Amino acid sequence: MIRRLCALAILAVSSVSAQQISLTGAGSTFAYPLYSDWASQYHKLHPNVEVNYQSIGSGGGIRQLIAGTVDFGATDGPMTNQELAEAQQKRGTAILHFPTALGADVPSYNIPGVTAELKFTPQALAGIYLGHITKWNDPEIQKANPGVKLPAANIIVVHRSDGSGTTYAWVDYLSKVSPEWKSKVGVGTSVKWPVGLGGKGNEGVSGLIRRLPNSIGYVELIYSIQNHILYGDVKNSSGNYVRASLATVTAAAAGANSFMPADFRVSITNAPGAQAYPISTYTWLLIPEKLNNPQKAAALKAFLRWGLTDGQKYTTPLAYAPLPSGVVQKELQQMKKLQY
Amino acid sequence: MGNVVISTPGMPLPSEKLFRKQTLVERLRKGDEAVHLLTMAGGWSIILITGLLVHHLWVYSRIARHQFGWHFLVTSTWDPVNGLFGAWPFVYGTVVTSLLALIIAIPIGLGAAIFLAELAPRSVSNALTFLIELLAAVPSVVYGLIGIFLLIPALTAIMPTFQKFFGWIPIFSGTFYGVSYFSASVILAIMVVPFIVSISREVLLAVPIAQREAMMALGATKWEVTWRTVVPYARQGIMGSVFLALARALGETMAVTMVIGNVAQVSTSLMAPGYTIAAVIANEFTEATGDLYLHALIELGLVLFAVTMIINALARLLMLSVRTGEVVS
Repeated sequence: MIRRLCALAILAVSSVSAQQISLTGAGSTFAYPLYSDWASQYHKLHPNVEVNYQSIGSGGGIRQLIAGTVDFGATDGPMTNQELAEAQQKRGTAILHFPTALGADVPSYNIPGVTAELKFTPQALAGIYLGHITKWNDPEIQKANPGVKLPAANIIVVHRSDGSGTTYAWVDYLSKVSPEWKSKVGVGTSVKWPVGLGGKGNEGVSGLIRRLPNSIGYVELIYSIQNHILYGDVKNSSGNYVRASLATVTAAAAGANSFMPADFRVSITNAPGAQAYPISTYTWLLIPEKLNNPQKAAALKAFLRWGLTDGQKYTTPLAYAPLPSGVVQKELQQMKKLQY
Repeated sequence: MGNVVISTPGMPLPSEKLFRKQTLVERLRKGDEAVHLLTMAGGWSIILITGLLVHHLWVYSRIARHQFGWHFLVTSTWDPVNGLFGAWPFVYGTVVTSLLALIIAIPIGLGAAIFLAELAPRSVSNALTFLIELLAAVPSVVYGLIGIFLLIPALTAIMPTFQKFFGWIPIFSGTFYGVSYFSASVILAIMVVPFIVSISREVLLAVPIAQREAMMALGATKWEVTWRTVVPYARQGIMGSVFLALARALGETMAVTMVIGNVAQVSTSLMAPGYTIAAVIANEFTEATGDLYLHALIELGLVLFAVTMIINALARLLMLSVRTGEVVS
């Protein structure tokens, strides 16, 4: 009996010395493939650290972070001042934003007889989504596509029905290029759409586009690359028509780096740069400035540092655009603010 | 009223006074009391769960309730950016799709149940019932996919011809995009038919043989026996199956959101896209930030609860009036 007790005691002691550290995070569904890949890659390097990431949506991630039920959050749209103040009040710590990768929205369409990659001006996209441009052969679309014969058919507009970072980037862009959109509709993960049908998720939107002739919608770049969906070029702030790709999205982030604010809460839609794709967006990790558990804090810090540096090589295979090196440098500086 | 002594579990029988009062342990040992307590606990738990549900919905919707009051129910604006919320398009969509689904499903479901219970050979009936019960277990996302890949293309193909003849009727007018109240109702109807069939069939089979024999003895045909005796006898059970179907239709989320178009508007035409309460909650809850937005979504849950209660109550009243009418005639 005594021998058995001793054995139990030894087991207990040994399990403390090789302690498993488990970090939990929640939020963005858009970034889920990346973070789950990071978690498994990091676990191979550091078997004692386990990162659990739940893709419950950016809004849910922010709520859980404020409530203190997760160690870190993740979002596709930056937290508002009000949310940051609430976190400060409830958790007693500031929340820092760290961009981890980039994504983009592309305009996808289905016009019978048109297989060309169409070019869209900002005015055309805003006009279509405000319901002012209703025909495909509208001069605003036709003048950008001189070689394409566009039909006189009604445009069917498709948008996301579920709240999402994809919508956030799309309406953020429309707000920047159209004062009318900004005043009438505004920016959010869900908005009051002036026109159009709603599809659930990227697959819902692209499904509607496929089935409805003469329709247009927006989908994530990643989704359109993986599913070989036809999409158009968009005119950027330098006046060039740019096709969305990982390179042009990173170019947008590099172009926006000159005006990166100290807290990284930046929108990079319509960013400057000759090759910058205008409907690009960051996705962020949300890290508390203070953490009570020192072991967890150290592990979280190491995981973040790894993600910003070595972890970046896992972005491209998953069709996320990697961070420009200038941004990574600024973020490593920012990490000094973490009080652990 | 006669001289019958009515006893309830709480009330001792008059004769019990003759004996000494039993202790609780003694009463428990006999078993009856234990079963009574256990089943009562089961019954109370339902009230408790419902109470907690309503309490939570009520508490966590307070900001939206205070902000909008009763206007929440009649306003058609749903604008998360500016914090303006109204439930009317969703309530309308929920009620319209559910009722239309029942209108389609009841004749089909009842017809199938009568055939399976009364007319089909027992082996055919059992095999078909097994298949129908399998249908009830299919996940709703699968029905949504059936809607997208089979139903909508089929409807899109026949709708131009249909609208050429009936497009002048307001409820069939307008452009048909495939996603619509009508498509959602048809999918819902397909989903709820198995409930109506399998329960109604059981109820029809349980009608005592004596009822049928009595009717036969009066010289009724087989159909007269079924329609005049068996179905009325089973009416309450059949209505029960319809309630269950209705509950499923009102709360269905995934399949509906895939085929209804998700547009927060109120349209007279069934061919237009719309939205339902359950669909908007599922779509927007995960990304909802800000207390007012969250509370408005939870208030929608409260509204759905109320809508379900009201429709059920109305249906029960209808049933009651039908039954008393029957007795009088």
